[in-house]
Amino acid sequence: MKTQNKSLFQKELVLEALKQSVIKLSPKSLIRNPIMFTVEIGTAVMLAVCIWILTGEQSQGSFAYNFVIFLVLLFTLLFANFAEAIAEARGKAQADSLRKTREETPAKKIVPVGDIYLDEVTVVPSSSLAKGDVFVCEEGDTIPTDGEIIEGIATIDESAITGESAPVIRESGGDKSSVTGGTKVLSDKIKVRVTTEPGESFLDKMIALVEGASRQKTPNEIALTILLAGFTLIFIIVCVTLKPFADFSNAPITIAAFIALFVCLIPTTIGGLLSAIGIAGMDRALRANVITKSGKAVETAGDIDVLLLDKTGTITIGNRKATHFYPAEGIDEKDFIKAAVLSSFSDETPEGKSIIELAGINPSSFNVANPIFIKFTAETRSSGIDLEGIRIRKGASDSIKTIVEKSGNTYPESVANKVAEIAGNGGTPLVVSQNEKVLGVIELQDIIKTGIQERFERLRKMGVKTVMVTGDNPLTARFIAEKAGVDDFIAEAKPEDKMNYIKAEQQKGKLVAMMGDGTNDAPALAQADVGVAMNSGTQAAKEAGNMVDLDNDPTKLIEIVEIGKQLLMTRGTLTTFSIANDVAKYFAIIPALFITAIPALQGLNIMNLHSPESAILSAVIFNAVVIPFLIPLALKGVAYKPIGASALLRRNLLIYGLGGIIVPFIGIKVIDVVVALFI
Amino acid sequence: MNTEILGIVLVFVLTVAFAIPLGRYIARVYNGDSTFTDGIFNPFEKLLYRFCGISPNEEMGWKQHLKILLTINFVWFLLSMFVLMCQGWLPLNPDNNPGMSADLAFNTAISFVVNCNLQHYSGETGLSYFGQLFLMFLQFVSAATGLTTAAILFNALKERTTDKLGNFYVYLIKSCTRILLPLSVITAIILVFNGTPMTFDGKQQMTTLQGETVNVSTGPVAAFTAIKHIGTNGGGFFGANSAHPLENPTYLTNMVELGAQMLVPFAMIFALGFYLNRKKLALMIFGVMTVGFLLLAIPTVIAEMNGNPALTKMGINTGMGATEGKEVRFGAAASGFWSIATTVISTGSVNSMHDSAMPLSGLMQLLAMMVNCFYGGCGVGLLNFYIFIILAVFISGLMVGRTPEFLGKKIEAREMKIAMIIALLHTLLILSGTALSTAFAEYGASTLNNPGYHGFSEILYEFTSASANNGSGMEGLGDNNPWWNITTGVVLLLSRFLPIIGPIAIAGILAAKKHVPESSGTLKTDTSTFGLMVFAVIFIIAALSFFPALALGPIAEYFSLLN
Repeated sequence: MKTQNKSLFQKELVLEALKQSVIKLSPKSLIRNPIMFTVEIGTAVMLAVCIWILTGEQSQGSFAYNFVIFLVLLFTLLFANFAEAIAEARGKAQADSLRKTREETPAKKIVPVGDIYLDEVTVVPSSSLAKGDVFVCEEGDTIPTDGEIIEGIATIDESAITGESAPVIRESGGDKSSVTGGTKVLSDKIKVRVTTEPGESFLDKMIALVEGASRQKTPNEIALTILLAGFTLIFIIVCVTLKPFADFSNAPITIAAFIALFVCLIPTTIGGLLSAIGIAGMDRALRANVITKSGKAVETAGDIDVLLLDKTGTITIGNRKATHFYPAEGIDEKDFIKAAVLSSFSDETPEGKSIIELAGINPSSFNVANPIFIKFTAETRSSGIDLEGIRIRKGASDSIKTIVEKSGNTYPESVANKVAEIAGNGGTPLVVSQNEKVLGVIELQDIIKTGIQERFERLRKMGVKTVMVTGDNPLTARFIAEKAGVDDFIAEAKPEDKMNYIKAEQQKGKLVAMMGDGTNDAPALAQADVGVAMNSGTQAAKEAGNMVDLDNDPTKLIEIVEIGKQLLMTRGTLTTFSIANDVAKYFAIIPALFITAIPALQGLNIMNLHSPESAILSAVIFNAVVIPFLIPLALKGVAYKPIGASALLRRNLLIYGLGGIIVPFIGIKVIDVVVALFI
Repeated sequence: MNTEILGIVLVFVLTVAFAIPLGRYIARVYNGDSTFTDGIFNPFEKLLYRFCGISPNEEMGWKQHLKILLTINFVWFLLSMFVLMCQGWLPLNPDNNPGMSADLAFNTAISFVVNCNLQHYSGETGLSYFGQLFLMFLQFVSAATGLTTAAILFNALKERTTDKLGNFYVYLIKSCTRILLPLSVITAIILVFNGTPMTFDGKQQMTTLQGETVNVSTGPVAAFTAIKHIGTNGGGFFGANSAHPLENPTYLTNMVELGAQMLVPFAMIFALGFYLNRKKLALMIFGVMTVGFLLLAIPTVIAEMNGNPALTKMGINTGMGATEGKEVRFGAAASGFWSIATTVISTGSVNSMHDSAMPLSGLMQLLAMMVNCFYGGCGVGLLNFYIFIILAVFISGLMVGRTPEFLGKKIEAREMKIAMIIALLHTLLILSGTALSTAFAEYGASTLNNPGYHGFSEILYEFTSASANNGSGMEGLGDNNPWWNITTGVVLLLSRFLPIIGPIAIAGILAAKKHVPESSGTLKTDTSTFGLMVFAVIFIIAALSFFPALALGPIAEYFSLLN
C-alpha cells in the first residue's frame, strides 16, 4: 500500500475547509443533520435574545453573558461544519491528485472506416473522449482515460496510480486487457477502446461520494441518526417540560440557560462528527488505493464473515517452484541433476525454469549437439529432450511409469514411495527418466508468502473465515490450506464453484467478500457482498464488483475489512463518548439553574463551580471545543485490534465510556476556573 | 445480622430459589412440552378450545397477535365500564355500594385492564363484591396478557426465520390456567390460614376494646390479594391496600405477599433462559436487573432504618427508623424494601404510606418506576428490557466494528426507529403529564395537600406510577376528579399498549429476518461487559432524562432536610 503520509491538516485544505464551514451554516445544508440543525435554531434564538436585551429587556441577564453564549453556540456549529469540510477536502484532494494525471492529456483518437481502424490520428483532449471511442498509445504516451485494449500488447508503468515501480504487461483479449487513465506506456503500441463516459469513471464516482451533494447516507448511518434524533427528542421534552416545573417551584430560568442545557444534553459531539467519520472512512479506503463505488460497501466490508482468496498470488508466490532433487537408488545425484536440467532446456513454464534455477546450472554449458526438444502434449503428459542416443523425459509419475514399464524396465518401488510422500506433503512430484530408466524425482512446492499465516490469524480473530480457491487437486489443496492457515478450501475450482460457494454461504446468512480479476469472475464478484476487482482486471470484472483495487494486491481485502470495522467503531465509540458526557454536564448545569431559588441544591454542585453563569458557560464551551479536539480521531478512525468482540467492547467502553464520564468533569472544571477570572 | 435485614434477604433469596424451577416449568408450558399439570388442565383446555372455536395449532404472525390482543383488551374495557357503573344494582352487593361515576369508572377500568391498578377509590365503599370479583378477573387476564406478550417474544427470539409466532389464545389460556391460577391458589391458602377473610357476607359487626361497635368491611379478600401480587397488579381490596390488617395481617403474610409479587417476574427471566437454552443470557439479564434493584433498594432501606434526621435533631428517639406512615408489625426495613419491590416490579401494592417515606426513598421509588424494567411487571418487564437491549446492542455493535445484531438478527433503521419511540414514550408521558398539571395549576396542582418540593414529587409520582403501569400512589393529592382520572387514564392506555406493540413489532420483524450464525467476531450478549452496557443505556435514557425533574422534587427535599 502506498500511503501519502501527509499531516492531517494541510494549510490549503484547512483554508478551504474554513471557508466551507461558514458556507455550510446555511439551514438548507444543515437540515440534513437534525442534531446540528436544532443547535442552529438555538443559536438563532440566542441572537434574538441578544437583540431583545439591547432593546432594554432586563430579565435575561447581561448582554455580554448572552452574547458569549451565542458566540459559543455559533462556534459549536462552525466546528461541526469544519469537521465535515476538512474530511471532504481531504478526500477530494486525494481523489484530485489521482484525477489530475489524466486530465487534459492529449489523446490520439482514430476513427473507424467500416470495421477497420485506419492509422490516421487526430489529437484531441482526453475530456472529449466518449465511451466507445478508440485511441492509440505508443511508447512514452500517457494513457488519456480508462479503456480496454483491443489490439496489441504493451508494457505499462502504473506507478502513478499504484505506486508500484515495476512495469506491467497489458494485452488485448484475456484478463489483462484493461488500462487506466494516467498510466504510461513504456514500450510497444496498443489500440484502446474507451469504456467510460467522461465524468463517469470510478474515480469520478468516488469523488462524488465524498462530496456533500450526492452523498447518500448508508443504512447504518441512518439507523444511528435515528438513535441520535431520538436522544435529541428526549432532551427537547426534558427542556420544554422544565419550564412549567421551574415556574411551579418559583425558580425562573433564563432563555440562555434553557438553550445551554439543551445544547449540552443533545449528542452534539457525535452529531457534529458523524458525516466526517463516514467521509473519512471512504478516504481511508482511497488512501489504501481502493476505489469504492458506495459508502455502504465499506461498511459491509466490516461485517464480512467469509473471505474467498485465490491461492496463486495471494497465498502463494506466483507458481510452484522446484525445491528438491531426489535421485533414484544407484543413480549419481550429479547425473540426475544434469538430466533434469537438460529436460528443462526448452521448458518455458515457470516450473521448468525453477528446476534450472534450483540446479544452478545453465543448460547451454553442456554444449549438446543437435538436440531435439520434445514438447509437452496432453497425450504423453511429459516433455524432454533427445540427444545423440539419449532420451530424457520428465513428467507426471504415472506417465513416466508407463514409458518405463512399456520398454520392460521396472519402476523402482522407492521412487513410487517418494512420489507418494511428496504428493502427501502438498508438493508436485516430477519423475525424470533417461532411456526409459528412472533417474529420480524432482519435488515442486508452492511457496507460501511470508507473513500470510499471521494475516489469516488476524482475520480469524476478527471472526472472518478464509477460504482458499485453487485449481489444485484436493490433496495438495488441503496441504497448502493447512500450512497457510486458511479455514477452508475449494479444490479443482471452476468459476461456477466460486459462485456456488458464495451462494451457499449467503444462504446461511453470511456475508462474503471476494477478489477477482477475470471476466469469468464477474458473476461471482457481483454475487459477493463485497467484490473487489483488480484494476488490472477486465472491464466486466470492474463493473461487477463494488470496489476496485488500484494496487492489484490480493491481500488488500484484509485492509478493507479493517477499514470497514474502523468506520463503524469510530461511530460507536464517539456516540458513547458523546452520551456519557451528559452525566457531567447535568451536574454542571442543573445546580446552576436552580441554585438561586433553591440554595439547598448547592449539594449537587459537586464540581464546586464558581457561579451559575460560569457553570453554564463552562459547560457550553466544553461542549463546543470537544468537537475540534476529536476531529483527528474522527478522521483517522479508532484503532482496530482483533482481540475478540467482548474484549474490544470492554476496551472501548473503558476508554470512551468511562473516559466520556470523567473527561468533561475535568474539562468543565478547568474551563470554569478560567472563566471565573473574567466574571 | 439485624433480624429486620435478615428477613428481607431471606425473602429475596427464597424467591429466587422458587423462581428458577418455576422458570423451567413456564418455559415448558410455552414450548408446549409435557408438564406435570397436563393431567389436570389438558381436558379443561380442550373443552375451552372447542367451546370458543379456537384451533390451538394455528400459528399467528406478530400483527395478528397484536390485533387480537387489542381487540380482546377493548372488550374487557367495555365490560368493566359496564360492571363498575352498574354495580349498584348488580348482584353481590351486600354493603349497597353505589355505581361509579363515568370518569372514575373510565380510570378504574383502564387501570385494571392495563395491569396498573391505580385506584382513585376505596374498595370498602367504592365497589360491590361483584365489582371486586370482576376486577379480580381483570387482574388474571391482564397479567396473562403480559405473560402472553413475553411468550410471543420468546418465540420470536428463537434461532430461525419465520413469521409464525405461536397461537395467542393458547398462550393466554395457558398463562391463566397453568401459571397464575395454581400460584394464586397456593398464596390465597396461606393468606386464609393467617387471618385474611374470604367471604361474601358483607360488613361484619364487632366490638372494639373500647367497647364501641364498628362495622368491618370484609369480602373475598384472600383470593383478591393473592392474584394482586402473583399477577403484579397491586390493586388492593381495601383502600389501605396491603397496609390493611385484613389484607396483610402478619409479618409472615407480608413476606409471602412480598415474595409473591417478585416470583413471576423473576421466573420469566429464567424461563427465557430455559426456553431459548441460553442460560447465560438469562443470567446476564437477571444480573443487570438485580444490580439495578439493589442500587435502589439498599439506600431506601438504609434511609428508612436511619429515620428522619430532623426528628433526631429535636431529640426524638428514631431507633425504630422512620415510622411515620408505617405498620409497626412490618417495621422500617421490610416497608422500605417492599416500597422498592413494588415500584420496580410495577405491582403498586403498598404496605406503607409512600408519601411519608424519606426523600431519598421517594427518589428511589420514583427512579424504580422511571426505569420500569428492573424485573418489571408480569411479562412486560422483559419487553421493556428488550428495548434497552436493542439500543445497547446497536451502540456496542458499532463499538466492536460490526453491524449490530442480537441473537443472530441484524438490527437496522426500522427497528431502531421503533425502539427509540418506545424509549422516548415513558419520558414523554411522565414529563408532559406533570408539566400540564403544574402549568394548569387550577386543575392539577390545586388539589395538592403539600406545597413545595414534596407537592411537586406527588404530581411527578402520580404520572410516573401511571406511565409505569405501577398503580401505587404517593397520595397526598385529591386524585378522584375528572382531571386526574382522565389524564392518568390516557397515560395508562398509551403506556401499556405502545410498549407492548413496539417490542412485539421489533421481535416480529427480526424473527422474519435471515438468521446470521454466530462467529468469533459476533458480539456476545450474555457477558457481564454487555450487561454493563445495557445498564449504562438504561441509566442514561431512563434515569438521567428525569434528573432535572427529580432535582426539583425529592433531591431538593433531600438536601433541604440535610441542611
